Amino acid sequence: MDVTRASRLTRLAGIAGLLLVVLLALAPWWAGRADLRLLGEVFLYMALATLWNLLAGYAGLVSVGQQAYVGLGGYLLFALTILAGLPVPLALPLVLAAGAVVAVPVALLIFRLRGAYFAIGSWVIAEVFRLVAAQVAALGGGSGASLPPAVVRTLAEGRDLREAMAYWLAFGLATAVLAAAVAILRSRHGLALTAIRDNELAAKSLGIDIWRTKLLVYVAVGALTALAGALIFLQKLRISPDAAFAVNDWTAFVIFIVVIGGIGTLEGPILGTLVFFALRETMADLGTIYLIALGAVAIAVMLKAPQGLWGLIRARTGAELFPLSRKVTGIPSGS
Amino acid sequence: MADILALDGVSKAYGAVVVAEDQGWRLAAGEALGVIGPNGAGKTSMFNLVTGTVRPDRGRIRLAGTDITDWPAARRCRAGIARSFQVPQPFGGMTVYENALVAAVHGAGLGPGAAERVCLDVLERTGLARRANQRAGGLPLLDRKRLELARALCARPRVLLLDEIAGGLTERECALLVGTIRDIRATGVAIVWIEHVVHALLAVVDRLIVIDFGRLIAEGEPAATMARREVREIYLGIEADG
Repeated sequence: MDVTRASRLTRLAGIAGLLLVVLLALAPWWAGRADLRLLGEVFLYMALATLWNLLAGYAGLVSVGQQAYVGLGGYLLFALTILAGLPVPLALPLVLAAGAVVAVPVALLIFRLRGAYFAIGSWVIAEVFRLVAAQVAALGGGSGASLPPAVVRTLAEGRDLREAMAYWLAFGLATAVLAAAVAILRSRHGLALTAIRDNELAAKSLGIDIWRTKLLVYVAVGALTALAGALIFLQKLRISPDAAFAVNDWTAFVIFIVVIGGIGTLEGPILGTLVFFALRETMADLGTIYLIALGAVAIAVMLKAPQGLWGLIRARTGAELFPLSRKVTGIPSGS
Repeated sequence: MADILALDGVSKAYGAVVVAEDQGWRLAAGEALGVIGPNGAGKTSMFNLVTGTVRPDRGRIRLAGTDITDWPAARRCRAGIARSFQVPQPFGGMTVYENALVAAVHGAGLGPGAAERVCLDVLERTGLARRANQRAGGLPLLDRKRLELARALCARPRVLLLDEIAGGLTERECALLVGTIRDIRATGVAIVWIEHVVHALLAVVDRLIVIDFGRLIAEGEPAATMARREVREIYLGIEADG
């Protein structure tokens, strides 16, 4: 008997994925300015959704306060560039590090809470962050601030190159987050995380340090979510406490994406992002009706396919695009 | 022989419900100890105390002389205590092989190659090889119980705690299980086995303890212990005459 990770489908998906990455990396040459911005937004949401899925779908940490990190990242970018005078390329890695540093004490605080209490606690933390941001007079207090042209120019000279850079950063983040998620889930930590997803009692009884595993995931996700926040507001060029710490934009929509796509799978959030943007691009002009349609889709999926759209596809076909599961081959027929 | 596991004055109560009262017993290295008692006597609670999913109110627990009373469950598993659950607790979304792998990688601390070999070997021995690629959540009850045993074995324990794994088996399956557990014991693993299927238990264990209302009410050589009046009264629920 032997064990393999890849199947024909994962190999095909891998090749298709590589071609897609090359094609998308070249987008600034084939896409118009508006399409490029839209694609950038799609990738930032894909990154946020994949990160929230690691948190809620695998580590069982159902946070409704991830806007805390999106806003933190955005505000840190503005503070580091406007107040400290750093160029954008230098500020971004600092935002990543600061996200991790902030996530540790927050985790120590809210890990004392379980289930619904954890969810509410995470939201409270995000509100605290919002109130603190509104007190920073140097960044416009409650009314916010804009990124001055001089700062924007540190990213690149010329508007076309700048738009391309913003897109590449968003695309790069989404690709890096997905690659990291695949690498983590294939490692021994991923085995632990998947076990925790399925059964915490059995996981700890079989030698898995649940608290430590969850802390690692929470901190890594916090850091990367902060970086995503920095990129979001680098694209928007303007920040305010209400926009930066918006529970609707950075958590409710993200939860929608993950739940309809398929929580606890890597493919789910990708599929969910595509569905979300397809709905938004075709219906956003309808105003309230668009939000009602989103709600109706969420209810329909939860009733008819609680495992999400990808869960439905996987149950019917057994398909898996990422080489995560392990197949035992050469099982003796008599055994 | 040196004691691999020792409990001294271990007590635990949930409000007025006492699940362990002043329990003290020893398990010698390589020994097989049987545990019997009526439903609700505190047998599974005793396993929870030993594995660390529940902390005692009083008393100490030692593994090979080291006090592990304050250790969390995961650390106790890595130090060599593994259990099966009476109500199976599979990782439902993972395959049978991956379930075993969790134990081999995290419980036994094995590297990828060694973990793979141990898992395939254990699945073969526990009759689960043909199920290796199935999702554990979809297994029938009997195979879920087999998986409990397989997973505990993949953690390569020094002390193996088995919680009612023979219930529901046919005579033939039960005989196979007894053979498997004897083989495990022959490799030097000490075993504590809670079981209602007494003939299976007596075919393996060297010694028996009887628990009722969280207390140890009898201890000794299996046949003699089973024959004792208080054991027959409490465990079998009959009025012993004479």
